Order: sequence, then structure tokens, then C-alpha cells
Amino acid sequence: MHDFRYHRPSSVDEAVKLLAGKSDARVMAGGMTLIPTLKQRLAKLTDVIDLAAIKELKGIKVEGKAVTIGAMTPHHEVASSIAVKKAIPALAALAAGIGDPHVRHRGTIGGAVANNDPTADYTAAVLALNATVKTNKRSIAADSFFKGLFETALGEGELITAVSFPVVDKAAYMKFANPASRYAIVGVFVAKSGASVRTAVTGAASCVFRCAPIETALAKSFAPEAIASVMIDGKDFNSDIHASAEYRAHLVRVMAQRAVAAAA
Amino acid sequence: MADTGIGASVRRKEDQRFITGRGHYTDDLNRPGQAYAFFVRSPHAHARIKSVNTAAAARSPGVIGVFTGQDVAADKLGSIPCGWGVTQKDGKPMNAPPHMPLAADKARYVGDQVALVVAETYNQARDAAEKVVVDYEVLPASVDLAATAKKGAPVIHDQAPNNVCFVWGLGDEAATKAAFAKAHHVAKLNLVNNRVIPNAIEPRAAIGDFDTGDDSYTLYVTSQNPHLARLVISAFVQIAPESKLRVVAPDVGGGFGSKIFIYAEECVVTWASRKVGRPVKWTAERFESFLSDAHGRDHLTHVELALDKDGKFLGLRVDTTANMGAYLSNFASAIPTYLYGTLLQGVYTTAAIYCEVTSVFTNTVPVDAVRGAGRPEATYLIERIVDVAASDMGIDRAEIRRRNFIAAIAFPYQTQVALQYDSGNYGASLEKALTMIDYAGFEKRRKEAAGRGKLRGIGLASYIEACGIAPSQVVGSLGAGVGLYEAGQVRFDATGNVTVFTGSHTHGQSHETTFAQIVSDYLGVPFEKIEVVHGDSGRIPFGMGTYGSRSLAVGGSAIVRAMDKVIAKGRRIAAHLLEASEADIEFKAGKFSVKGTDRAKTIGEIAFAAYVPHNYPLSELEPGLDETAFYDPANFTFPAGTHVCEVEIDRDTGVVAVERWVAVDDFGRIINPMVVAGQVQGGVAHGVGQALCEAAVYDKSGQLLTGSYMDYCMPRAGDLPSIEVDTTVTLCTHNPLGVKGCGETGAIAAPATLINAIVDALAPLGVKHIEMPATSQRVWQAIHSAS
Amino acid sequence: MPTVSLEVNGKPVKAEVEARTLLVQLLRYDLGLTGTHVGCDTSQCGACVIHVDGRAVKSCTMLALQAGGTKVVTIEGLARDGKLHPMQAAFKEHHGLQCGFCTPGMIMAAVDMANRIPNLDEKTVRHELEGNLCRCTGYHNIVQAVLAGAKAMRA
Repeated sequence: MHDFRYHRPSSVDEAVKLLAGKSDARVMAGGMTLIPTLKQRLAKLTDVIDLAAIKELKGIKVEGKAVTIGAMTPHHEVASSIAVKKAIPALAALAAGIGDPHVRHRGTIGGAVANNDPTADYTAAVLALNATVKTNKRSIAADSFFKGLFETALGEGELITAVSFPVVDKAAYMKFANPASRYAIVGVFVAKSGASVRTAVTGAASCVFRCAPIETALAKSFAPEAIASVMIDGKDFNSDIHASAEYRAHLVRVMAQRAVAAAA
Repeated sequence: MADTGIGASVRRKEDQRFITGRGHYTDDLNRPGQAYAFFVRSPHAHARIKSVNTAAAARSPGVIGVFTGQDVAADKLGSIPCGWGVTQKDGKPMNAPPHMPLAADKARYVGDQVALVVAETYNQARDAAEKVVVDYEVLPASVDLAATAKKGAPVIHDQAPNNVCFVWGLGDEAATKAAFAKAHHVAKLNLVNNRVIPNAIEPRAAIGDFDTGDDSYTLYVTSQNPHLARLVISAFVQIAPESKLRVVAPDVGGGFGSKIFIYAEECVVTWASRKVGRPVKWTAERFESFLSDAHGRDHLTHVELALDKDGKFLGLRVDTTANMGAYLSNFASAIPTYLYGTLLQGVYTTAAIYCEVTSVFTNTVPVDAVRGAGRPEATYLIERIVDVAASDMGIDRAEIRRRNFIAAIAFPYQTQVALQYDSGNYGASLEKALTMIDYAGFEKRRKEAAGRGKLRGIGLASYIEACGIAPSQVVGSLGAGVGLYEAGQVRFDATGNVTVFTGSHTHGQSHETTFAQIVSDYLGVPFEKIEVVHGDSGRIPFGMGTYGSRSLAVGGSAIVRAMDKVIAKGRRIAAHLLEASEADIEFKAGKFSVKGTDRAKTIGEIAFAAYVPHNYPLSELEPGLDETAFYDPANFTFPAGTHVCEVEIDRDTGVVAVERWVAVDDFGRIINPMVVAGQVQGGVAHGVGQALCEAAVYDKSGQLLTGSYMDYCMPRAGDLPSIEVDTTVTLCTHNPLGVKGCGETGAIAAPATLINAIVDALAPLGVKHIEMPATSQRVWQAIHSAS
Repeated sequence: MPTVSLEVNGKPVKAEVEARTLLVQLLRYDLGLTGTHVGCDTSQCGACVIHVDGRAVKSCTMLALQAGGTKVVTIEGLARDGKLHPMQAAFKEHHGLQCGFCTPGMIMAAVDMANRIPNLDEKTVRHELEGNLCRCTGYHNIVQAVLAGAKAMRA
């Protein structure tokens, strides 16, 4: 990789100051995407601002009907948190399926959500659970956070501090993993809260999205059979050597059915 | 002795250093004053190199030297050769275009080496490499294997019009035609043997180290055959005479064929170390491994099998197009010919066989041997067409094989395709495998799985391979540029320790243990007192290296021959010491004794006498106990066996789960069952990888789409079941150990076994064939199209 | 150049490194701990797995500077007082290695796995090895070794 200046601020404010005015500076959370990107010389940065020493960004809180996870909390901690397993088991299970054990020890929810990789897992949970993305400046509703391929609503100097997930009645995430990378070819997160059902799909298109036909059908009847004949329009879906758009469209339905069956 | 001798599952000597992190792989070594290299590689599949401007790179911080194809040409380095000539059907030699260590005129694949930057640090070399400006005239690329030999395809080498390297035939064309004419049924199949990337987990690396003091070079390199590297770099690339080049292959992290070959990188860093007057180290990044390690397989084949009304095989006809990639790698031409066509008899009595192979160039990474090399391709097509024939004719798949096996009493068996099998019992391994997996009870399991919504299938393959790659006169008559024997040296020291020097290299095969077991068994020396040395042309008398499952059969036999010499000399020394006639001395369990008496000398005492020859027949015998032998076997060896597996397919997603795997192999005598089982299990995983998930995919412009582990799917622990291993035994008849070879069989048997099982699972839907790799998408597509 | 201080295999270490230096490079090139290997450039093969503050991580996907103030254990630090760690012994006993290149990462991953999960079974071990590639063994004996090593660690 190209060389850069490394910073390790101890507060969000300090991190934001370090970022200011530097067009080729980036904050680094777990580094699970950024470091490989730099290693392959796909990016050239002047400054890397490591958020690891900012204590306020770490930790899991379950209060009332919400699970709030600090941006720098690694996947492993979410996956093994007894509180998360109790409040939103689907979220713990999703975290347990990201990457591999070593990646889960370093990778963080804040990094994953801010990066908005189209094949990431966490983005589906954020969207389906109608989570709130908390930043150093504001709170952003999930529905207005993910903007497109690697694009989010985050502005300049804006850092995710935590993600807050409302507790729902039932939820599950089903991933059909790319056999090589283990990222999602298709991942479907289904969440039921009262009469409302939200379904988020990752991996299939350029950005995580909610799937209206599935949500409508499941709102009527929250059962796998209810979506057995739902048509998924795959015309804008990704198509690559691992999965055609047609196959992905099919997998969206299959994974959604399995998620509904597994929802707890 | 039994616990460390032949047949015992002795725990490995080599493990201690590996489990404690004290191995010495090439990149772990550092030479004083070492500089670092990075290669500038072509981003284009086919491009004329108009100019290479190195000025900015040369000024970059830390840069010591920048070299191009012009520099290589100016120093008159030679071409990296292909060591196997193929005589074409029309009698002409194959078209073998040159392969220069750095491309000067054209780049012919993405990854082709165009320039070298040497700097103080790796990062500086890589930073500077970005500043080398190559002016390319991008040319249309010929990437499609099926189209590259057609009119109008871009020509890659002037020396190979139509991009054809050779058209080669083997077998009796007329007899085969006649056999088909009287057939009751002809089974037909088009199939693809997918292109795979070897992916040893240790990336290739090399350190060139020129010693100005004595004008000699040392090359440390990730090689399966350091002596062969020395030969090629000396005699062909002409960097230095063999006497001035030492090649060291230290611990090597897996080879699987890919580290047989002598690559541009190791030639160039050797040469560059003299140019810059410093040791030069290069270690591949994994992306470079994908772009420069020789790939494997990549065949398009049409096969036809003629049968009589009872399902007996009358004739086999094979037409294959084989990809050579952009240049001929060292063994490339031998793989789809001598290691492929000659195996088309399989384990069957097929009366007439004819095969024709068209080998072609494309703008892709050179293609050469990968674990199995030619033999997986042969096994795959035979075992697939046998299954197709069984299905066509309504004969059970095990039964059609039984009807056609070469009988256990028919050996030696002369095949229709040049080989003579020395021993085997194919029915024995089939029956054992069927029993182990409960073949008879399968339909019950299929039903049970159907109840769970899964498609369950069973598949089997009865393979044979020719390995112990050798007889020099045979391979010479085929066009090999070298002899294929092996050298072994057995040296006692005065205190009775034994050092064994072998030309076979171990990079996972466990020679340090298994060769010590043989020596312990033969000489009666404790296992702990035996060291096995390999991988250094400066220490080993000679060697042809490790490939084609030849180490034990050829390298091990060389050691046995050397031990025969040690024992013969020891007998003479003992006769002198015991004051007996040589004819009365017998050697057993480490002791020379006078027949019928209790007078004896241990081999340790004999060694002491040989090195401290105070009481010694000096007028008749040299002192010392140190013997070398070269062993050139009379024939290949022919391991064979049957693998059976069961799969379950998820109808909704197309995901194939391998549920069980049974391997029953005949390897002749087994030195260490634990090691052999490990070799089989590893080979099976490699073959499962090819059949299930591995594929090198190029786009139309010649960019490798599967250039990292993000897209090239390696089998992981969760993709595989436990692999149940057993053996049957018929001894090899022509080597002193009776051994055959086990390192490649898993990779040879597995693809056919697995695809046969998948097709069986899908057969109720009307699916007749599925190409490798049987990815979930491909399987789902087959289910989707069928229903 | 920036400086990093950390503890490696129980000993304090201080080194000057470029910011772009990976932790694995610090270990291999500056500290001579070549038991930790590099097998890929996309954080997948797991040959570089070590323990940082008691957790398995890929040292090729961590900057040396990120390890400041941490306690690092590499394969060289696993055996104590000349006695193999039970997981190392299990890999030898069960022939869980052939060429040995993936082995340090496998063993470090296996120790971490056994520390995290009390009752390992074959299926769990296979799943947990998702981040470690081996081309030699077909994983069969690695799985056996991990199961045996984990059992021995609890004994």
C-alpha cells in the first residue's frame, strides 16, 4: 500500500478535527475493508484516522425496547452478547455469520454500515429492523440512510456513533453466501412488529433495499407459503459469474421464505 | 522396529518445526544486503510493447535497478523451454515458440512479465513499479478455447500459425472405426474439463544471490525440483553453468504441480542479482499467483463409447482440444498427450481406442500440470461416458464396470494406448468400496432424503493412473528432454547415524519420515538416528524432483539401491572383521553375522570400522560407508481404485452437499498408512474443489475474473465431509519396494465420482450431464430447466 | 517514522515502522518471527492468524500501529518452557498438517476456537475454520486435531 499518516484520536471531536479539510483522509473502524483496499492499492490516502481508541463508540446497551450498539463494537461481541441474543436473536445470528471468526473479532458495525457494501449483512438488519443510525450530528432513519452503491446519507465530517435497533416481535436473516468470498449473494432480513412487516434484501442489487411485494404478502399472512408465488423483479439485479440476476431473484424468494420459517 | 518401520503410522519428523513456527520457507530466508523485487506485469492480454520508459522508476526512492525485456535480450539470455517434444499426427514437430524471461516484443497474457524493479524495500520496489511507463499497442486477444484455432482469430505467436501447437493422435484409428461400426449402442458426450488454478497456500518466492567472490549463483526458490531448475536456468536460460549455480528449495508450502516449473521470475531474479550486485528477493502476492502460476486442465472433449448388446466396451473415441495458454510451460505438451491419451484404457478391456488432441495457444496464463495432470482428465471422461452408457442401456453402474474390468489374472496387461499395466485387482477395490458405502441400500437413502425435500445421489468412479513418472528410455522415446531416474545417497557417519540425501523434494509428502522408515527397516538403524536431506543441489548428488507421484516409487527405490550397496560393502567389512568368508555373512535386523554362529557385528560397528579403518581390508576396500545410487525404473506404476460418494442437493437453491466419501485404493505396499490416508484425503478435497467450485474464468478481453479468493472458490472445511479411506493391495512388480504412489489419486478420482453422484441425484428430473464446476447456480439452472 | 510499542510473546517490543506496515510485516521482518505466514492479499486464507489481546485476528489485515499497547501471541509463543501446547501436540498426533504453511494460522485459530466454544463438535469445527484455507489435508485430519486439541486443553 501507499504510505499515509496514521492518527489515533481518543474522541469523536478529535477525529472530526483530523478529518477536516483533508480530501484524501479516511476514518478506519475495524479496517476489514479499508486495509485490503489499501493493500491492493485501490485507494491512496494521505491520512488514516483509527477510531479504535474512542471509548464512547464501543459497547452494547439494551434499554426498554431498543438495542443500541456502539459503532466500534466488533461483530463477535454482538454475536456473543446474551442481551442481544435475548432481545433480537436474529441480529446476534447475523453478526455470527459475517466473514469468519477472525474477521468478526475486528470488523465493526459502524464500519460495515458506513461502507454500505452492496453485499454486506448488517445493512439488511438496519433496514429491516427500521433502525436509527446515530451520528455525531444527528439521528438518521434507516429508510433514508442507504443511498446507493457504497453511498449513504453521511455528510462530510459525520461519523456513525451507534446504531439503535428497535426490538421486534419476530425476525430472521437468511444469507446465501458467495462460495468464494462468503459475502452475501443474496441475504434477506425479515422483521415482524405488530401488523408491520419489513423485509430488506442485500447482495442482490447495487444497494440494500426493501422488497415491497414480499412485505405486502407477509403483512397479510406471515408464513413461508404466503410468498411462494411472489414474483421478484430482478431486472436491476446484479449479475456476475456466481449468480445471474434471474438466479438472484429466485434466491430472494427462497431466502425470504426460509427467513420467515426461521423467524423468532 | 515394527513401530517405526515399513507399515507403521509413524508420527512425522518434520512436524516439530512446522507446529512451532520454525519452518524455513523461502520468504522466511533473508540474505545479507538483500534487495527486493517487484515485477511490472502486462495489464493487457495481447499487446505489442512499443517502448518501456524506466526513467521515472529509476529515480524513485530506494530504487537500485530497473530491467526490461531489452536488457534480457542484450545479455543474450535464452528462452524458458518446454521439455517435452510432441510429434504431430503428420510427422512434424510441435510448434514451440520462444518464451523469454521478460517479454520484449509482445505481452501475451494479463500478468506477463514486462519489467523488473529492484529496490531497497519491497514497498519502494512496488511504488517505483507504478512509475514504469509501458507504451502498449493493444491487440485483439484470442481467449476462447473453442475459437482460437479458427480462421480469423488473432495470432499469438508467429511460430504457431492458427494458434495450433500440435495435433496429436494415439491408438488405432481404423480398428476403432471398425469397432464402432459393429456397435449395438454408442454413448456420446461433450464435456468440459474446467480450468483450475493450483493455489498452494505458500505463494511462489525466489532469492537470487550472486557471489562475486567465486562468480557463482545461489537461487533459493519454492521448487519441487531444485536440480531441474538448475538444469533449465543453466542449459537453456544460460545464466550460469550448472557448476556455478546452486539451487536450494527449502521448506516449500505445497506444490500440486505449480512449483515443478521454472518460471520467469526465478530466472530473472537470479540474473538480476548479478546486475545489481546484491541478493534479490521476490515473493508473489496472491494476485500474482493467480496471474502467473501455471494453471491446469482446460479441455474441451467429445467422447464416444461403442458397446455390444451386453454392455461390453468395444471402442472408445476421444477428440480433445487442450489449452496451452500463451506460452508452453515446461511440461505443458506432455499433459494432454503422454499423461492423458495413454490412460484412456482406464481399468477396462476396451478393445479399440483412438484419441486425437489439438493443443492450442490462447492469451491466457500458461497451462501445465496440476495435481493429477492429464490423468484426472482421462478418468473424468472415461468414468462419465461409462455412466452415460450404463444409463442409456439400463445397466447398473457398478455392474457395467464389473463386466468390463481387466481381470485380476490378466496382468501384465498391454493396453491399446502404449502402456503395460504390471498389477492390479480392480474388482476388489470396487466391491470393498460398495460394501463400505452400502451401495445396495442406497435407494432407501434416496427415498428418505426425498422425504426431506432433498435430491440424493450416489456416484462412483474406478480410476487408474500411471505414476512414478520415469523410465528414461520410455519418456525419451516420447520426446522428453531429460532422463527420469532419481538419485539417493545413504551416508553413515562414524558413530552410526545415517543421513539420507534424496533428489525427491518433500513439500507435504512426508519424505523426512517415510524415507527414514524405509531406511530404519532395511538397515536396522533406529528411526531417530536417521536424517533425510532434500532440496539442495549443493548437498544432494542429483535429482529429478517430485511430481507425478514419483517420490517413493523412484526416489525411495534409489535409496533402497544405495542401501543395497551399503549392505554389500558392510558384508565385506564384516567378513574381514569376523574372519569369515563373505558368502557366509548374512545381514538381518541391523546385524552382520556368520551363518550358523553367534558371531556378529552391528551395522554401527561396521560403520565405525569403515571410518576408523585400523583393522580393515584397505587393500581391497575404500574406507567410509557412504553410497549413492541412481534408480531408473523399468515401468510406470499403476495405482488404481474406486471412489464412491453420496450427495444431497437442495432443490430450491441448487446447493450440493457432499454427504459421504469412500475411497478404496491400491497403492501396492504402504510405508505409512497415516501419511497415505492424508494424501488421499487432500487429493479428494482438491478434486472436489475442481468438481464443485473451482474455475478460472476469463472475460472476452482476457482479464482473469477469478483473480483472488473473493471470486476463485477454494474448498473449505465446511464444504467437505470426513473422507473414509481404505486400501486393497497388489504389489508393484518392478520396483524393490512394491510401491505405487498415492499423492494424486484423490484428485484423479474425485471429479468423476462427484459429478456422477450429482447427475444421479438429478437423473429423476431427466438431467443427463452437468459441467464442472457444479456450482449451485449451474445445478439450479439444470433443475429449473428440467422442471 | 512512527513508533509502536506492544508486547509480543510476553516480551515488550518497540519498533519504528512506516504507517503502512502491516502487523504481519512487523512480526516477520522486524522481529524475525517468520512462523506467521502470508498466503493471500484479500484477508481470506488465514495463514497469518495470531492472537491480539487473546483473540484470533488476521495479522495481514491490521496495521502494526493498530497493535500499539496490545499483547500479541504468535505461533512461536504458544509452546511454554519447551512443552508443546496441547493444540500443537494434537496437530502432530493426528497428522493435521502436510506442507506446514497454513499450520501456524490453523493452530492459532484452533486455540481461539477452543477458548471460545466449550463443546466443539465436528460440524462446528468445520464451520469455524471458514477463515483458514488448507490445500494439502482436505481438512479431515485438521478437524480431528482440533477436536482432540480442544479436549486436551480442557483436561
